[in-house]
Amino acid sequence: MVKKIYFQSIFFSFFSIKEAFAAESGGMPQLNPEFWVSQIFWLILTFGIMYLVLSKLILPKISNNLESRKSQILENIEAAEKQREDSDAKLKEYDEIISKSKLEANSIFNQAREKALKDIGAKREVLDKQIDNEIAEAEKEIDALRKNAPDKINKIAIETSSELLQKLIGAEVNNSSISAIVDDLSKRNGDKYYGN
Amino acid sequence: MAANPMSQFDVYRIGPEIKVGAFDISFTNASLFMILSTVSILLIFNLGSKKNSIIPNKIQLLAELSYTFVSKMISDTAGSKAKPYFAFIFSLFMFVLFCNMFGMIPYTFTVTSHIIVTFVLAAFIFIGVTVIGFIKHGFGYLKLFVPSGVPAVLLPLIVVIEIISYLSRPISLSVRLFANMMAGHTMMKVFGGFVISLGIVGGWLPLSFSVALTGLEILVAFLQAYVFAILTCIYLNDALNLHH
Repeated sequence: MVKKIYFQSIFFSFFSIKEAFAAESGGMPQLNPEFWVSQIFWLILTFGIMYLVLSKLILPKISNNLESRKSQILENIEAAEKQREDSDAKLKEYDEIISKSKLEANSIFNQAREKALKDIGAKREVLDKQIDNEIAEAEKEIDALRKNAPDKINKIAIETSSELLQKLIGAEVNNSSISAIVDDLSKRNGDKYYGN
Repeated sequence: MAANPMSQFDVYRIGPEIKVGAFDISFTNASLFMILSTVSILLIFNLGSKKNSIIPNKIQLLAELSYTFVSKMISDTAGSKAKPYFAFIFSLFMFVLFCNMFGMIPYTFTVTSHIIVTFVLAAFIFIGVTVIGFIKHGFGYLKLFVPSGVPAVLLPLIVVIEIISYLSRPISLSVRLFANMMAGHTMMKVFGGFVISLGIVGGWLPLSFSVALTGLEILVAFLQAYVFAILTCIYLNDALNLHH
């Protein structure tokens, strides 16, 4: 039912529009020459004024603005390029300085090491000499002590054995006979005690 | 009145009748919209060129983009020799564009939907281009009608066709713009009328058509201004750089 009314209304409205157009249409207003001269006059006037103002005042300004922006951007790019080059050069300089100072530091270190090694060598020599001397002296002393040791031991042995005999026997024993025995014993056993 | 789709093109007098000699140059609604278009063009481009900032504001960007758009269009189609005519083509493009766009506002009048207006523009372009051609090349400009590489047998026919096509340039240029504008606005009016007569029940279909047509017509308004300007550039190119 609703559908039927819908289509009917569309159908009838087409009719009504057609009738309205047929009643009112009086051709194209564009072809009515009544206002042609007026339109031409106002077109030339407005378009002419607009053309003059645009070409003399506004467009040169816009073109100027565009040019100045272009040149400014180019200048800025140039300046940036220059600064970049400057910074590159400075970076190179810096690198050079760093490598130079590294080399310098290396050489200083090497020198110091050599010097220190030299010093150490000299000091070692002196110390070695001292130590050698001391060792030699000590050896001499030891030798002297070693040489004297059998005599002293013999003496001690003789005195001890005489005193021992006196206490054991209660009689005086001739020292010379004891020393002869001790000498004989020590000669026999000397190698066992001293290992010479 | 409202039901007639052609009534929107009616020209009527605003204010008193002004007569100079036998000619009636009264102020009409057409004159009003011509003035509106030119004033808004001058206003926008004046505002857009006032300040020269490195980073442009919106209106400056609009002006500068239009400038580069038209200047690129001219240098692409007519070469560097067409530079002195830049201001004219720029004005032409802007004038046609603004008149077309003003026509898209409801209850306004479309200046470019009148054959007399587009014909005066086209005739001026035709005469100007022909004069430029004869000044630049003398009678050598007539070589335009003799394309190179055409067999001698066909030459009389080709020359006649070329002359006819050259002479029909102002007609095709003016009729193209006028017919596009008139047809589009008439169609929108007809669909608008359908919306009213079909009412709340059936009006939605023509209404949606009307909405789509509005978008299409805005595209056409721009496109026809562009076509008008670029055809002028092409005619100018023929006159400036004669191809043999």
